[in-house]
This record gives sequence, C-alpha cells and structure tokens, in this order.
Amino acid sequence: MRRFARLYAELDASTSTDAKVASLVRYLAEAPPEDAAWGVYFLAGGRPRQTVPTALLRATAVRLAEVPEWLFEESYQAVGDLAETIALVLPPPMRRSDVGLAQWLTERLLPLRGAPPDQQAAALAGWFDELLPDERFLLIKLIGGGFRVGVSKLLVQRALAQHGGLDAKLVAQRMMGWADARTPPSAARLQALLAKEAQPVLDAGQPYPFFLAHQLQAEPESLGSPADWLAEWKYDGIRAQLVRRAGQVWIWSRGEELVTERFPEVVAKAQALPDGTVLDGELVVWKDGAPAPFQLLQQRIGRKTLTKKMLAEVPVDFIAYDLLEAGRQDLRAMPQWQRRERLEALLQGSGLLISPIVSGQAWGDLSAQRAGSRQRGVEGLMLKHRQAGYGSGRTKAAGVWWKWKIDPMTVDGVLVYAQAGHGRRASVYTDYTFAVWNRAPRDAAEAQAVVEAIGRREPAQPDALQLVAFTKAYSGLSDEEFRGVDARIRATTLEKFGPVRSVKPTLVFELGFEGIQRSPRHKSGIALRFPRMLRIRDDKPLHEADTLQTLQALLDAANARS
Amino acid sequence: MDLVVERPEGLYCPPGDFFIDPWRPVERAVITHAHADHARPGHAHVLATSVSEGVLKSRLGDDLPFFGLAYGERVAHRGVTISLHPAGHVLGSAQVRLEHGGQVWVVSGDYYLSAHDERNPTTPPFEPVRCDCFITESTFGLPVYRWRPQAEVFADIDAWWRANAAAGRPSLLLGYSFGKAQRLIAGVDASIGPIVVHGAVEALNAAYRAKGVALPPTTLVSEVPDRKMLAGALVVAPPAVHASAWARKLGAFSDAFASGWMALRGARRRQGVDRGFVLSDHADWPGLQRAIRASGAERVIVTHGYEAVMVRWLREQGWNAGAFHTEYGGDAASSVDEVAAPAPAPAPQIGGERHRDGDRDRDSDSDPAA
Repeated sequence: MRRFARLYAELDASTSTDAKVASLVRYLAEAPPEDAAWGVYFLAGGRPRQTVPTALLRATAVRLAEVPEWLFEESYQAVGDLAETIALVLPPPMRRSDVGLAQWLTERLLPLRGAPPDQQAAALAGWFDELLPDERFLLIKLIGGGFRVGVSKLLVQRALAQHGGLDAKLVAQRMMGWADARTPPSAARLQALLAKEAQPVLDAGQPYPFFLAHQLQAEPESLGSPADWLAEWKYDGIRAQLVRRAGQVWIWSRGEELVTERFPEVVAKAQALPDGTVLDGELVVWKDGAPAPFQLLQQRIGRKTLTKKMLAEVPVDFIAYDLLEAGRQDLRAMPQWQRRERLEALLQGSGLLISPIVSGQAWGDLSAQRAGSRQRGVEGLMLKHRQAGYGSGRTKAAGVWWKWKIDPMTVDGVLVYAQAGHGRRASVYTDYTFAVWNRAPRDAAEAQAVVEAIGRREPAQPDALQLVAFTKAYSGLSDEEFRGVDARIRATTLEKFGPVRSVKPTLVFELGFEGIQRSPRHKSGIALRFPRMLRIRDDKPLHEADTLQTLQALLDAANARS
Repeated sequence: MDLVVERPEGLYCPPGDFFIDPWRPVERAVITHAHADHARPGHAHVLATSVSEGVLKSRLGDDLPFFGLAYGERVAHRGVTISLHPAGHVLGSAQVRLEHGGQVWVVSGDYYLSAHDERNPTTPPFEPVRCDCFITESTFGLPVYRWRPQAEVFADIDAWWRANAAAGRPSLLLGYSFGKAQRLIAGVDASIGPIVVHGAVEALNAAYRAKGVALPPTTLVSEVPDRKMLAGALVVAPPAVHASAWARKLGAFSDAFASGWMALRGARRRQGVDRGFVLSDHADWPGLQRAIRASGAERVIVTHGYEAVMVRWLREQGWNAGAFHTEYGGDAASSVDEVAAPAPAPAPQIGGERHRDGDRDRDSDSDPAA
C-alpha cells in the first residue's frame, strides 16, 4: 500500500507524461507481482464493488476525529473531496503498517463487504490508525470505488510495454477487459499480460481496443477530396463492440464494461452471426426507424431490472459500422473500405442495422446534409478515410476518424448562483447556475431595476420581469477565466446557502448544448444535454440575455422532428 | 471594559487610544509583525518589537516614527501596560499583551504553533501568555489542517533536492520572501549543494542575519559565477516567479511550493508545481486549540480565517467566543484575487528586484493560490 500510495502521489503531482511513465515503470519493477497486478487493475480503471457504505465511512471518521458533524461538513466543503477530508481530519496514526496491495484487497477489503456495520467500523478504525493521510486517502478511494488518477490507459500500456519489453499495441490488446475482471487480478494474469509469446490465447469474449475519433477543428476541405472519405452519421448512443465467439455473445461498452445482460434484444439478433465475428458500432434507442434522444437510453441504463414494459417502450438496437473480426480473422489492418464491404456482405439479411453511408460529391453536399443532423437525431457526421486501418485508442498511425459535429445550440444566460468545484477546483467557484429572462426586458433600465431589487433581496413579483434559472454548467472556461469569474462571484455575493452563493447578476455567458428536452424533474421544466460555457459575453449587456421564449423556440424545433 | 474593540480603522484599544495592526492610517499603532497586511503605511507613531525595526523601516520608510520594545519589556501608555511576546511567525513577530484595570487581553497577530514541540528556527517560539481574553487568528481553523513534524517535511524537501541534484537539475523552491524563505533556508540540509536566492529573498536574509539569525551561505542568482553551479542548487524564490521569464532562465528545473495550503490536494494541483510541501508559519488546528487553552482565557475573539467555524466550535466547547472582522490575509479559502483586494502598500522596497517580481508578500500563508 505504501508503494502504491507513493506511485499515486507521483502520478498525481506530475504533469509530464515521461515522468509518469517512469514512475509506473519503477513501480512495476519494484512491486511484488501480485501487488502490481492489482495496481494495474486500478490504473486500468478497475473498480471493485464498494465494500463499505459511504455513510458508514463518514460516520466512523466523524467519531474517530472527535469533531461534530457540522464541523466535518465545513471541512468537506473546504477540501472538496470526501476521502481526502476523512484522511486529513483523523488524528495521526499511532502505528505504522506496510501491508501489500494484494493482501489489502484479498484479505482485508473484499472480505469486509456485507459484514455487519460494527465490524466494518472496527476494521476501519484499526486501519486508519496504521496509515498516514496519503495512504488513508488511497484506502478510502479503493473502498469507495472512487479511485481515479491522472494517467491515461495509453500511458499505463506504454509503461507495461516498456517494463515487459513488448509492443504497446499488443499490451493494449491483451489488457482489454482487465478492468472488468470477473476474475480477480493475480500474479499469473499479470504474467500472461507480459508474456513474451507472440499471441497468447485470448479470453473468448475479449474485445479489441476501441479506435477513437478526433474532433474536426479545421474546414473539411483541408482533408482533400471527399472521394477519399466514407461519411456516416454520428449517433448519440453508447459506443460498443459486439463479440460473437465460442457460441456466445458479449457486448462491451467503450469504458470496457461488459454490458451484455442489459441488451437482450441485441444479443438475440447477434446469435445469427457466424462464430468469430466482432462488430464495432453504437447502441441506440431505435423507434419508428430513427434514433431517439440519448436521455431515453440513459433512463434505461439507470434501471436495475429490465421489465418487459421497458423493453417494449425503450427498444435498443445496435447500429454496426465496422467489422474488426470475421471468420476468426483480425481485420483491423485492412483498409476501411474493404472492412465496410465485408461488413455489408456479412450483415445482409441478419436483422442487425448498418450505419448508412452518407454520399456527396463535394464537401458542400455533405455540409448541407450535416446541417439537417438535428432533425435526424444525430450529432453530425463521421469521416473515415477509405484507406485507414482500425487503430488503437487515439492513435493516428493507422489513419484517422474525424467527428464533424454540428455546432451546438446556444443561449445567452445570466449567472445567478455559484458553487465551489471539487478536486483541483476545490475552493474555486466553478459550478454555475444560469438564468434567462421570463420575457424580454423593455430596455437596460428595466433589467437594471430587477438586478437592483435582487441586490436588495426583494422577492420577485409573480408577473413582473424576472430571471428564471434553467441550467447549470461547469466546464468550458480556462483556469484563468475561472479565476476571473471566481473573483467576480466573491465580489458580488449576496447570500451564502451552505456551499452555494447567490450573486448579484452581472455576468452574461454564451452557453452551448447538444439537445433540449422537456423535463418534469427540473424546476425550469427543461433539461439540456451537455450544457457548457462557450464564452463570457462581456460585450453583451444584461438586458440582451436570452428569454424563456428563446428556449421554448429551441424546444419546439427539437420536438418538430419526432 | 473591553480592552480591544472593532473600529473601521482596525482593532482599537479604547483606554489606551491606540490601534493594533490597523488597516487605515492612525495616530498610534502597535504592529505585531512586518507582513504587509498587518503593517500598513501612514501611521503617525508605531510601536513594535525592536527586532522588527529594520524590516518595518525598509517597508514603511526610514523616517517611520518607530518605538521599539524588547520581547517581554513593558511600557505604560495612558494607564494601559503594553508588552510584546514571541509569536513564532516571522522575524520580530509578536503577540500584544494589554493590561488595564485588572484585566489582561492578548492580541495574537499571526502565530506558529502545532501539536509538536518544535520551533521555527528563525525566530523565538510562540510564548503562551495568560490572559482573560485571547484574540486569535484562524487562518487554518479547520480540523483538516494538522502539520506533520517539520523535521519530516524538511526530510522530504532534502530528498527532493538531492534527487534533482543527482539528475543535474536545479530545485526551484517557492516560498514567500519574508519569513518562509528564511525558514526554508535555515531548515534544509545545506550540505546537499549551494543555496541560490532571488533578490527579494536575499534582502530579507540580510535583515535576518543582521539580527543574529544563523542562515547558511546564500548566493544571488545574478551573482552565480558558473551556470553549472545551478544544476545542483536549491533556488529559493517568491511564488510570483512561478512560470515567469525569471524562472525559465534557470533551464530545466523541478519546482515546488512550500505553504500550509499545500495540505490540500486541490490547492496543490492548482498551483501547477511538481511538489507541494506542507510547511506553514501559522498555527494548525491543534496549534490553535493549544494556544487558546494555554492562554487560560475565558473569552476568545477570532479574527482572519475561519472565524465562523472557530466561534461555533469554541462556543460548543464552553468558551465565551466571538469574532472581529479584520482586513488581514483574507478569507482563508479564497482565491488570489480576493486576497489581493486591499491595495498593496506603496512602500519603499527592499532591494531592487522586489518591485519587479510582484511578490505581494503580505503574509507567508494567507494566499493559497498565489
């Protein structure tokens, strides 16, 4: 644990990828293999189920620290991370231990799941008293399943490759599914991961590393002739691989989570595929021959049990767009157009959907079709070079996939509430709530009168001009912009409600979002998809911010298509 | 009668008709220490420790009407007995003890005290003073702030410096130029390599040495004879040089920031340095509790930091507690902008580089994000 805590601290502190890889390689070389196996599991995004409920963790910490609950809460608000708050608020340890990571997991943490609360609390108290704050922090993250560290999977693979003297692509391939691990990490599995043999036998259900697309920032003309590219719609669903091997079907999400059981209708259709087939594609809710908004899919994933009603009302389909394996042959090195031909031949008559090709002679044709994306319920176009192989992760060596998304919908909103962020944004006001006018103000003076009334904390008159909160957003600004807005918030704070501050409205932001839906769960009655700040509109006076009518018009336009 | 009350100009002693660390110009001011947020310019008469005279005059002007006291020395003014007692914070820092009409009040200023029996090697340790009312700072007034023994922190700094030196790169250690820098220089293992300093730091090193504080030899960056010397050096500079042209001239270095705020991961990561060393010249949570208990005071008044939290906590523990609003430091959890809100003193600067580097240097720890 001490060794893993040190690795964590090094990865957390460093911003240089070389330094991170060096730390990882050193860890792999020094840690006993059984510990390193668990280390790799966590670094690859593995999360065992939570062993102790958060409430119990917190209550135990409050008791041991001998502080009242409110003081713990104040501390948490300042720290911005529960595990870190617990790690710091406890008195220094009376003893020191150095138990290996594997032993921590297999002999201590995992057996504690489901134990009676008093037994869990007693175990925690003992452990807290033998660990330093940074080790405690890590322990709590491992217990609570909240372990995250600033190192990409690619870097972990690079380190493993360097450590084992292997090709990073081979490591990436072998690592698929490590994090999902129904079988726990072990020295033997790590050994298999690092084996020198050219192609060890894969687990039957193992997927390939996903090939990830890049955002197209430049004009499409920069890509050369459109004839060199395959264009397809970009669906707003869950990226997935469908693996058909050994008479079985596996469905993997992009997060390398096995999600087979959640999509029985897709599994049923995939049974028709020949053995030794792997498809890449998108899981979407498919209704009346068109994709439905992502929110529906989200609702379905959120349910623990799949009812018949749910299956009937929210049917999911798999839209295939690539063929990675056929006849047990890895096709990833084959050019895109050839894989596409094989895909079409294979799926003909199978009942599985194929992502259609969007054709256009010139970029202008494609651009015109892309403009209609919103009506089709898609996010824009994907551009795949005809000669591109299927790469691994965000690499560009085998060729590139471009996401050519439509511009987001935008609204100019007024900042009305702010809350401090978490993690590296702790104690900085970065999470904002925005409002629009309930009707367009007559002029600057009328808007200013409302702002002054808010400043005097006067409640709004029911039918008068007022600001109506409609969304939160917390991304899109640079650190420097956040610092500036943070200062404005502190200078214009009206009231503090726990961690939330209300401010005198002075700032207008252009907000971007990908979708708009009616939502009874939100106070304003609407829900936005991916809301974020596009820029601060210092040039825009408050009375020119948008109105409820603007939102209504966007909502009507969004509903018009379905 | 209350010996200290809140006034718009600052904390005021009515029977003595003087202020303590006022933020507006006044006729008579007692100054606890020379950090810019406590020692503002423009007062007609200033009383402070004799030790702090040099630094105060270099900041507020050589013509400062200054009256110096030795630690523990008593002076009577309009029936109030005033004495100054070590606070352990920076060179010359003091708590102010006031006695009048059978009552004793103590104003802490900024002080350093933790659960460990250790001291800031550059200034006499915090001396508990018995009183009826203790006016305490609360910069780190949350139970998540618990300092490790400073020997452990210095061992970490030394190990970092040693590893950098072995790799042939300079170690740029950022800390406020008045107080933190000298504590760092005094605390590290000077046998590891040369200690090179920024001009703003060297000016204060001189002030410390003039008062007999032992510091290992230091070399100004501008006077480094051979650039090879930098490779194994510890370079001590104010935080303002972070990511500046000044720092880039050092070549490929590793950087670190020494501050109490580095206790939190979020602050560490925002700082954007390779390492954050948790080293503060303020009391941590156990230190604050310890100081309050040691004062024997029944009444506690909390200033600058987590006032509301401390007041509620102390009341629940049975103290008669209240808060004064002051303009020192700043809201402990605040951003750089808020701390920077009061205008910096337009005082003459020590050394030539201070002005340019923009080191606000108001208080070694009051600025988490500088």
